[in-house]
Amino acid sequence: MRRVLAIVRAQLRASVALALQYRLEFLVEGALAILWMAVTLVPVLVVFGTRGAVEGWTFPEMLLVLGWFVALKGVLEGAVSPSLTAVIEHVRKGTLDFVLLKPADAQLLVSVAKLEPWRVVDLAGAGLIFAYAFGKLGRTPDSGQVLAAAAMLVGALLVLYSIAILVVSIAFFAVRVDNLLYLFQSVFDVARWPSTIFRGFLAVLFTYVLPLALMTTYPALALLGRLRLGTALGALAGTVAFAAFARTVWSLSIRKYTSASS
Amino acid sequence: MSLRAAARAYPALLRAGFASAVAYRAEFLIWMFSTNMPLIMLALWAAVARSGPVAGYTQLGFAAYYLCTLLVRLLTGSWVVWEMTMEIRQGTLALRLLRPIHPLLAYSAENLAAVPLRGVVALPVLSVLLWAARGQLGHDPLLWLMLWPALFGAWLLTFLVMALIGTLALYVESAASLFEAWLGVSAVLSGYLVPLDLFPQAVQRIALALPFRFLLSFPVELMLGKHSAGHALLLLGGQWLYVAAALVATTLVWRAGLRRYSAYGG
Repeated sequence: MRRVLAIVRAQLRASVALALQYRLEFLVEGALAILWMAVTLVPVLVVFGTRGAVEGWTFPEMLLVLGWFVALKGVLEGAVSPSLTAVIEHVRKGTLDFVLLKPADAQLLVSVAKLEPWRVVDLAGAGLIFAYAFGKLGRTPDSGQVLAAAAMLVGALLVLYSIAILVVSIAFFAVRVDNLLYLFQSVFDVARWPSTIFRGFLAVLFTYVLPLALMTTYPALALLGRLRLGTALGALAGTVAFAAFARTVWSLSIRKYTSASS
Repeated sequence: MSLRAAARAYPALLRAGFASAVAYRAEFLIWMFSTNMPLIMLALWAAVARSGPVAGYTQLGFAAYYLCTLLVRLLTGSWVVWEMTMEIRQGTLALRLLRPIHPLLAYSAENLAAVPLRGVVALPVLSVLLWAARGQLGHDPLLWLMLWPALFGAWLLTFLVMALIGTLALYVESAASLFEAWLGVSAVLSGYLVPLDLFPQAVQRIALALPFRFLLSFPVELMLGKHSAGHALLLLGGQWLYVAAALVATTLVWRAGLRRYSAYGG
């Protein structure tokens, strides 16, 4: 375990140092992150200009969901995607050999290979959204609710990462399809709305098959103190099973990998 | 090179571009599928309109609006800005400069040639639109006639803005980021996220004067029959004025930029 932590720390330090070389890009990308956050807020502002509540969600409650969405999107595009896009590139060029040869777990190595540190702007923005929402609600969540939200957040991050690993595993079989990860990033946009917005087939799809809606809705519900214990435990159990499944698929795929030169 | 020679070469370029789009069809399809924002917005507005129409939009009205938006976006998309910024940074633009045809013309042929394939992807969207929300579409045949030049104008304006910002990569390194900013502003002001007539009056007035609406909202408004024929013709003129301005600007910036360009390693 100490070895794993040491590897993660070394990798993160290297990728942050690499990214910090480009200082102007840091500023530009930070400004862009703020712009996109504003763009994300526009439809919600327009909706609540005409309505007081949508499907039982008031404006500040909806902001909590959006806050989690902005934060998770930052993690996805700042930490998960850049590394895993690099894996697909490795598979295509055959340079994955160099990763596999190293005396450490390959999944661990590829998962922390690249970071875009300016996406911390997203996390800061999410913090601002939360502060504003709770100011509007006129209360603060108690420690139990924060703890529950944190547990749901860990679950959400695990699901996010597992889906990304599954998508990358496809690259071992279909190298040509190197933009699948991009497709997933765009599908993730549905997580900006609470899961109860969706009806019928879509509700089932985004709750059970691709549990995107839950990733932002459950942490928000936890902060509001409306998440039932049974639901929370069920979601966490499902998360662990899903992560195990993703790990298995990754291991099977990597066995299929034959380097480009062999 | 003369315009006649370019006109002779153009069909061959189109054929080559089409062949390359077909060859990379799997990737192409995935790029198309990742255009899903109108559907995500539709999910929200459909939930809102469940309890009654919003400013004249019923659930079906929103469905028609966002399906038309998706259709227009699928048909009028380009990717030239990413290609240009990459080729300029990597120096491969030099290869294009050697060929006896203007690089911007070659780019336009490649992007235009993908439109038939885009149409194939758009077909299911069109069928759903006709099946589910036919009653919401406009009835004036004149507007439907004007839709074609409006769609072509939207494609051309999208392409030219992309080419203009891509050309800026000859001057600054962060041209791709600049385009990202354009995309963000355009998402709001072109009606991609929210129908323009739902914005407050002040925002609407700004949005109607800027070029963004002609990229997307204008063809959608024609499909939904929101204008009289006379007013639509006026708007079509406005769209093509913006197209002409973008063409002039792109040509000038390209010419001046090329003088500063020296390929990396060249």
